[in-house]
Amino acid sequence: MASKTAANEHHGFPWKHLIGFVLSIVLTLFALWIALETDLSMTWILIIIFGFAFLQAALQLLMFMHVTENSTKSNLTSRVQIGNILFAAFVAIVIVIGSVWVMTAGHAKHDKNQHAPKTENHENHGGGSEHDSGEHGSHE
Amino acid sequence: MKWDEFFVTGDPMIYGADVSIVLTMVGILFYLTKYKKWKWLWDEWLTTVDHKKLGIMYIVSAVLMLFRGGVDALLMRTQLAVPEAKFLDSQHYNEIFTTHGTIMIIFMAMPFLIGLINVVVPLQIGARDVAYPYLNAVSFWTFFIGAMLFNISFVIGGSPSAGWTSYMPLASNELSPGPGQNYYLLGLQIAGIGTLLTGINFLVTILKMRAPGMTLFRMPMFTWSSLVTMVIIIFAFPILTVALALMTFDRLFGSHFFTLQGAGMDMLWANLFWLWGHPEVYIVILPAFGMFSEIISTFSRKTLFGYKAMIWSMLLIAGYSFLVWVHHFFTMGSGALVNSVFSITTMAIGIPTGVKIFNWLFTMYRGKIQFTTPMLWSLGFIVNFVIGGVTGVMLAMAAADYQYHNTYFLVSHFHYVLIAGTVFACFAGLIYWYPKMFGYKLNERIGKWVFWVFTIGFNVCFFPQYFLGLDGMPRRVYTYSEESGWGPLNMVSTIGGFMMGIAFLILVYNMYYSFRYAKRETTGDAWDGRTLEWSTPTAMPPFYNFAKIPEVTGLDHFWRQKQAGKVEKLKAEDIKPIHMPSNSGVPFIMASFFFVAGFGMVFDWMWMAIAGMIGVFATLIYRSFEYNDGYYVSVEEVIETEKISK
Repeated sequence: MASKTAANEHHGFPWKHLIGFVLSIVLTLFALWIALETDLSMTWILIIIFGFAFLQAALQLLMFMHVTENSTKSNLTSRVQIGNILFAAFVAIVIVIGSVWVMTAGHAKHDKNQHAPKTENHENHGGGSEHDSGEHGSHE
Repeated sequence: MKWDEFFVTGDPMIYGADVSIVLTMVGILFYLTKYKKWKWLWDEWLTTVDHKKLGIMYIVSAVLMLFRGGVDALLMRTQLAVPEAKFLDSQHYNEIFTTHGTIMIIFMAMPFLIGLINVVVPLQIGARDVAYPYLNAVSFWTFFIGAMLFNISFVIGGSPSAGWTSYMPLASNELSPGPGQNYYLLGLQIAGIGTLLTGINFLVTILKMRAPGMTLFRMPMFTWSSLVTMVIIIFAFPILTVALALMTFDRLFGSHFFTLQGAGMDMLWANLFWLWGHPEVYIVILPAFGMFSEIISTFSRKTLFGYKAMIWSMLLIAGYSFLVWVHHFFTMGSGALVNSVFSITTMAIGIPTGVKIFNWLFTMYRGKIQFTTPMLWSLGFIVNFVIGGVTGVMLAMAAADYQYHNTYFLVSHFHYVLIAGTVFACFAGLIYWYPKMFGYKLNERIGKWVFWVFTIGFNVCFFPQYFLGLDGMPRRVYTYSEESGWGPLNMVSTIGGFMMGIAFLILVYNMYYSFRYAKRETTGDAWDGRTLEWSTPTAMPPFYNFAKIPEVTGLDHFWRQKQAGKVEKLKAEDIKPIHMPSNSGVPFIMASFFFVAGFGMVFDWMWMAIAGMIGVFATLIYRSFEYNDGYYVSVEEVIETEKISK
C-alpha cells in the first residue's frame, strides 16, 4: 500500500544514494588504510578513525535516512522523529561510554596485571584502565 | 569432513529423532500430494502477505518450538531427578540446555508474541494491513529459516553447547570445536534480520496507519505495548547483529575480537550480549503486559485503570531497559562503583513495573469479573510474576548476587518472570484471540484444566529451585552427588516439570477437540470486547479486514458504541474499492537462499555461502525492479464477501 506514494516521490536517477554509497565505502577503506598501513601512534589512529566514523554516520543520516525531511502533514510525525533521534543518541551514548566504563573499571585492570609482559596487549586498553586504577586499587 | 561426522551418530535418542523427522517429512509430502494441496499451500500460505496469515504461521511455528524446547526441558529434568543419573552425558546435557534456552527465547517467546501482534495490532488500529506487507513476509520467512537452521543442528553436525549466552572463550574454536556454535551464530543472525524488520514495520504501521480519530492516546494498550516493544527492538537488535558478526569473524576468519589471544577481550562479548539481552527481556515482557491489560479490562467490564500511567511506565521501562545490563555479570569484577550504579538502576526498573501491577489490580477493583480462561491466566500471571519480581529485586543487590549468581535461585527467578509473564501471556492471548483467528473458541472447560495443571506444575517445578539455589546447587551441572542432599527437591521439581508437559498435551488436545466440536462464532464479538478487532461483522475478518475504515472517537470506541446502541451497520453505498497488496513468492525464495548461505557458513564451505548470498542479492535486485503497486478489490466483491459471510 505504501509503495504507491513512495513511487511518486522519487524521480530520476538516485544520485544522492549513489554518492552516499560510494563515500561510505571510501571512508571505510580509508580508515582501514590508516589503521593498517600508516605508522601513526595508536592515539592518532583512534582519533582519526573515530572522526571518520562520525563523518560516515552523518553522511548516512543525510543521504539515506531522510534526516532533513520535515513532515508538512502533522506535528506528531516530527515530534516522533525528534523523540526517536534523541533516544537513538541516548542509546548510542549508553552503549559506547557504558561499555568502555564497564570494561575498564576493574576487569581490564586484572587483565593488564596478569598479561603485563605482553606489551602489545596493554597498549589497546591503556587509557581507561590507568584512569581507574586509583579508585579500584584501594578496594582490593 | 566424513559423512559420519556430518550426521550426529551414536546416540539412540538421536536415531529416534532421525527416524521421526524422516517419517514426518514423508507424511507431510504424502498428504500434500495425495490431497493435491501443493497449490493451496503455495497460494494461500507460502506467498501470502496477509498479516493475519503470517501471524498464524508465526504462532504455529512458535507452538512447534515450544514443543521442542519443552522436550529439551523434560530431558534435563529427567537427568536431574535423581543424583548421579546416567540418562544424559555431560556433553549431551550441555547441548540440551543450550538449545532449550536459545529456542525458548528466540524461536518460541518472540515469534509467539510477534505472531499475536501480527494478527491483532492492524485490527486494533483499524488498518487493512501493515505498512509494508511484503517486508512482513520477509520477516516471517527469515525467522522461520533461522529457526530451522538452528534446529537441524542436533541431527546434522551437532548442537551448540556453550549456553544460550555463548560466553567467550567457551564458545571459541578452541573450546567449542565443530559446527555447533556456528549454527547458533548463523541461526540467530538470520532470524534477527526478521525481528529487526518486524520492528521497523510495526513502528511505521502503528504511527502511520491508525484509523481516523485514533490519536496516540486513544490506542488500545496492547497496541501501545507493541509500539514501545518495536522501539526497543530497533535499538537493541543491531547490538546483537554486530556482536554475532564479530564472533562469526572470530570463529570463521580468525579475527580476535573476543579471543584470549591477540589482545581480544572475552568479557566484551558478555557486555555486548547483555546490552542486547536485557532489552530483549523487555521485548518479550512488554507485549505480555499489553495482552493482560486488554484481557483484564475486557473481563472486568471496566476501562483500564490508569491508562496514561500505564503508558508512561512502559516508556520509562523502555529507557531503563538499556541501563541495567551489567546486573547479568556483577561477578565479572567491575569494581564497586559500576556494580552499585547498576544495582540501583535495576531496582529502579521495579517501580514502573509495580505501577502496572497496581493498575491491573485497580482495574479489577469493583469490576464484574468473569472467570474465563484468558482471565484465569491473567490472574495467575499477577500472583506468580510478583514472586519472580521480588526475587529479581533480591538478585539486583550486587553484594547479595555474589551468593545467588549462577545458582538455581537465578534459574527459578527467570523462569518465574518468563513463564508467568511471557508464556502465560502467550496462552492467554492465544485463547483470547483464537476466535478472531479461527472462528471458534477453544473449549473453556478443557482450557481450565490446562490452566490448573500447568500453573500447579509450574510452581511444583520451580518453587523448590529457589531453595536448591540457596542450598548452593549451581545451574548448568549435568549431575550432582548423593551427599549434596539436593535429590528430594530435584525429584519434586521434575514431577512439576512433567505436569507442565501434560498441560501442554491437554492444550493440544483442546485445539483438536475445539476444531471438531466447538460452536462456530456467528458474530465478530466473541467475548463482548472493547476494541476495534471485535467490531468486524464476521468472526474471522475478511482479508481486507474492514470494508469501511472505522472512525474512532475515543478510548474503547467499540465498547462505548455498543453501550450507546450505536454500532454502525455497513451500507452498500459506503463501500469503495479497496487497495490491497499482491502476494509474492520472493520472500520465501530469499529466505531459502539465506538457508543455503547460512548452512555453508556453518560448515565453513565458502563456495556454498557465496552461492547462497548471490541468491539473496539476486532476489533483492529482482524486488528493486518489480513495479507492483498491488490491486483493487472491486465494490461488488466487497459487497458479496460481506453478504456471504453475514
